[in-house]
Amino acid sequence: MLDRANPEIVAGLEARAIRIAILAMGGEGGGVLAEWIVDLAEHAGYLAQLTSVPGVAQRTGATIYYVELFPKSALPEGAPEPVMALMPMPGDVDIVIASELMEAGRAVQRGLVTPDRTALIASTHRVFAMTEKIAMADGRADAPTLLEACRNSAKIFFGADLAAAAERTGSVISAVLFGALAQSRTLPFEREAFETTIDRAGVGVAASKRGFAAGMAAVSGNAAGVPAGDAGSRTSATAQAPAGSPTEATDAPLAALVARAEGAFPASVRPIVRAGLERLADYQDLDYAQDYLLRLKPIADAERRHGDGSGRLLAETARELALGMAYEDTIRVAELKIRASRFTRVRDEVRARDGQIVEIAEFMHPRLKEIAESVPAWLGRLMLRPGIVRSAVENATRKGRVVKTTSIRGFLQLYLVASLKTWRRSSLRFAEEEARLTSWLERIVAIAAKNYALAVELAECRGLVKGYGDTHERGVANYESIIALVDRLAGRPEPAQRLHELRKAAVADDSGSALKAAIAQLGTS
Amino acid sequence: MAERSFAEEVKKLRLGAGEEFRGEGILAITKALLESGVSYVAGYQGAPISHLMDVLADANEILEDLGVHFENSASEATAAATLAASVNYPLRGAVTFKAPVGTNVASDALANLTSGGVKGGAMIIIGEDYGEGSSIMQERSHPFAMKSQIWLLDPRPNLPTIVRMVEKGFELSEASNTPVMLEVRIRACHVYGRFTTKDNVRPSFTLKDAIERPVRDVTRIAMPPGTYVHEKEKVEKRWPAAVKFIAENELNEFFDGEAADIGIVMQGGMYNTTLRGLEVNGLADAFGKAKVPIYVLNVTYPLVDAEFVKFCAGKKAILIVEEGQPDFIEQAVNTILRRADIQTKVHGKDMLSMAGEYTGAVVRDGLKRFVARYRGDMLPEERPVEGDNSRKSAMAAVNGQVQPRPPSFCTGCPERPIFTAMKLVERELGPHHVSCDIGCHLFSIFPPFNIGATTMGYGLGGAGASAFNVKADKRVISIMGDGGFWHNGLASSVGNAVFNKSDNVIVVVDNGYTSATGGQDIPSSFWNNPIRATQNSIEKAVRGVGVEWARTITRTYDLAKMRDTLKEALTTPERGPKVIVAQSECMLNKQRRVRPQMRAAVERGERVVRERFGVDADTCTGDHSCIRLSGCPSLTIAPHPDPLRKEPVTKVLDSCVGCGLCGEVAHAAKLCPSFYRASIIENPTAWDQMKAKLRVAVIGFFQRRLARKAAFA
Repeated sequence: MLDRANPEIVAGLEARAIRIAILAMGGEGGGVLAEWIVDLAEHAGYLAQLTSVPGVAQRTGATIYYVELFPKSALPEGAPEPVMALMPMPGDVDIVIASELMEAGRAVQRGLVTPDRTALIASTHRVFAMTEKIAMADGRADAPTLLEACRNSAKIFFGADLAAAAERTGSVISAVLFGALAQSRTLPFEREAFETTIDRAGVGVAASKRGFAAGMAAVSGNAAGVPAGDAGSRTSATAQAPAGSPTEATDAPLAALVARAEGAFPASVRPIVRAGLERLADYQDLDYAQDYLLRLKPIADAERRHGDGSGRLLAETARELALGMAYEDTIRVAELKIRASRFTRVRDEVRARDGQIVEIAEFMHPRLKEIAESVPAWLGRLMLRPGIVRSAVENATRKGRVVKTTSIRGFLQLYLVASLKTWRRSSLRFAEEEARLTSWLERIVAIAAKNYALAVELAECRGLVKGYGDTHERGVANYESIIALVDRLAGRPEPAQRLHELRKAAVADDSGSALKAAIAQLGTS
Repeated sequence: MAERSFAEEVKKLRLGAGEEFRGEGILAITKALLESGVSYVAGYQGAPISHLMDVLADANEILEDLGVHFENSASEATAAATLAASVNYPLRGAVTFKAPVGTNVASDALANLTSGGVKGGAMIIIGEDYGEGSSIMQERSHPFAMKSQIWLLDPRPNLPTIVRMVEKGFELSEASNTPVMLEVRIRACHVYGRFTTKDNVRPSFTLKDAIERPVRDVTRIAMPPGTYVHEKEKVEKRWPAAVKFIAENELNEFFDGEAADIGIVMQGGMYNTTLRGLEVNGLADAFGKAKVPIYVLNVTYPLVDAEFVKFCAGKKAILIVEEGQPDFIEQAVNTILRRADIQTKVHGKDMLSMAGEYTGAVVRDGLKRFVARYRGDMLPEERPVEGDNSRKSAMAAVNGQVQPRPPSFCTGCPERPIFTAMKLVERELGPHHVSCDIGCHLFSIFPPFNIGATTMGYGLGGAGASAFNVKADKRVISIMGDGGFWHNGLASSVGNAVFNKSDNVIVVVDNGYTSATGGQDIPSSFWNNPIRATQNSIEKAVRGVGVEWARTITRTYDLAKMRDTLKEALTTPERGPKVIVAQSECMLNKQRRVRPQMRAAVERGERVVRERFGVDADTCTGDHSCIRLSGCPSLTIAPHPDPLRKEPVTKVLDSCVGCGLCGEVAHAAKLCPSFYRASIIENPTAWDQMKAKLRVAVIGFFQRRLARKAAFA
């Protein structure tokens, strides 16, 4: 670590170049940041060397840049230039700059961050790796673990969500990192020197300076680390409220219902029940929300009688029941797509400015089955029966449709579909979902009496049913094949754990081979 | 148009005597070539010397001013053959390519070139792509030098030494009538540093002189009986001449150290890493002054026996720092010392690792081992490292959390839909054997696509499927980029398939550039290039070699068409190879071209429509099928805003370029309806505004009605 009070490094065997490693992903401007550091140092009387390993890694892969700086003032009279290394050596790096949390973790993993020496400057936001993104459920690495490791292995850690700072200031992360580097005071240069470097580079100076200042602010006074609860937490407190919940909290009858429910449920479950009630009132009507409460009642009783005090059974069932009752059908999709609040949200998301017009087009591919299931049952059956109606619907749905929701024609089409909501209760799908949920709830109650943990797992299994089209069909098939095994499991040791494993196997791949293997193994064990 | 422009930097090539050059290694090499009076330069791009080709292209004007001819060779074989100009004429020439893959391709020409030898200095600059960040199999170029007898220069990785070795390399080549290879590793190519320049030299004998007054010398042609004479010449004349030159010009360097009884020998390229290893072990200072004597081989082939004998005199042991395997240098040194009856013990691979990159840690630990064995007294006392336990536990904690981040297709890449289509076809027709090639498309082997079984080399995608040419119920698919196609693929893959009556499918990805190497132009590039002939059709070329079934898809993002064409190729009863040319411009290059134009148009007040995609979080159920069929960097996940859902939602980042694949995937794979396309109209016209007003009025009316209904539900 550098001694800021004494930047004049002693000549001779003690003289030492400052070693800086920058870990970034291709396209993030890690090279620009490295070049800024070189320019900054050269203008402050330092010799600088920079190397990188670009190649194909530039194509979005993890990339490392390495800089060494040596003060000319520490050169003994007539001495040759210092020999600078071309790559960072574990245990020998003074400053590590990482553009993202997992890249910071990678620096820790490679041993580049050490408690005796290294200042770690990192953005704590996450850019997910492909393996995390393609998981059928949640394949994300554990951000708190990564953060903790950063804190534990660095001599001093400067971390903050610098990507957010870049976004706020309309800048790029390299500029924000440069600001964080200045703020860390790990290099013997003053703020003005950093800023004149940006001036000299002469590209996007104003935006870069805004980003630079934001970077300084982001890590100011946070040498001890970022505040708890920040950094890639799984549930985003700042995320926008889903359009699926009614924005009018003034809805009196619903408020009354919610109030009534709050009295009936333990505190730990209340937020979920409340969200469920709001969701279902929005999805269908107040009666439907009331149904939800009624259906939860036996579960609440089971929780009271057999619960382990965690309230998990009631919470999980309440959550899954709300999602199951608010299943995704064409009516729901159409309704969500045409709301005014959604139009506003899209404008925000695409960062449209005043005076710009935003047109929205949807990519829809409803199939015969999905349409037939959404309309009143008599019509649905007619559609499914071979004949003129069926072929007409089939013809109309052969190809996917692009519906322009912001055009009057497209809007009205979706408006019409959304209007089918009135008849939803008489649709085929409604009956099917009702039946599935009813039998699921009954089984939960029955099993809870024998094995609470197994009942919780069973409650969670309903989550396998989700999505549209093929995804939905696959989910239902997986759900049913697992549910069919519950009774068999109940007689074996650790049934909850086994059910948990089956559920995980169902989302391990979308070919179903992991689940098939897991079930086969069950048969032999 | 290459990915990176050196238009500014190349001005440094005009620096004169006594000025200071600051810049990257490849630029310094270019400057050194000009200072050495080259007449011609050529090469084929590939990391780490892609930028050298880009520099040369951007410097074309400067080169022309000096009378230097520059070619973008069709392949490394072409580049190497270009050096034939130095066989009969006193012309200095240099070619460059990536190694060892480029050297593999070039080896035919290199062997013929070295057989007869050269009159003018001939230099092959190879970018050794070994170790971290490498995109190829891990091999060395060293044996190419040995087998064909090319002198191998491996300079210390600092600009003054690299520049000196370029200059001396030409002299060595001429003094020994042998071509030389200048080996630069990936970090040396990109190292930023300084050196003092000299004036550029205009060649005194020009290419024009040679063309107009041709000479020939039949004894220089690689044809018996000449070849027998050449071989003797190599060992009897050229080798001794080279050794004499190397020794007299002190191309290798000796550095004294107090521990006279041991020594360290290293490839020049290993110098900085080795010195840092010594520094960390307390055996050297920051300026290269070491306690152990050092012998730096800036020339790693041939070795100078006398220098080794001198260095080893009075030494108990030496350590050879030689990266990669086999340990050619170590073996040779053992032979040298044995012949001279010198008992110095030779260490190397026993103390360092046999395989793999010599990283800082590997070298540091190897040096320590060596010194501890012979001069443990020189090592500083070991002290426990502060906080070592918390470091170790942190390292253990991140294991399993840190996931690999291999390179992948860029945002909006036009190659992605080709593999999405293959995935969709796979659902219908089952899996196929897929033979891959070299290029960005090889990223298909990684998640999410997981497509591809082998890669046999550049332009050899089709060739790699040759054996699978028997009656079967399925066909084999091979993939090739436009770069590979023109490099070697037309003859070796397509022509071969025609001639051998293959029924297989060859997909040629035509994105307009050699994208993986940095977006250089090739014969089929879409745009005009002032110094090259572009816009030559790939379909015409394959029809020219006899392909009957050829389809060009002009927009790869048309997923349904891509899928259907693939399916047709795999199922058509028509005989002979099926070639699909899948065209769409490399998005990286396209954005570089189009973005500034769009910005300028917006500033001029013109109507500009920007498109991007988005996902409605409230309809997304977090299954991520769309990501598994796309893998776009701008398609990612985010915490679900719905408190009832645990699984992350799919999200489109603002980096989306609106290529359209997400919508096509949603349609073709019948996925969820969560995707939307937003068209953002900048500077809308009066008509746009009127239309928007009307829409807002009508739609707003219904939206309010909807909200009222919800309130009274």
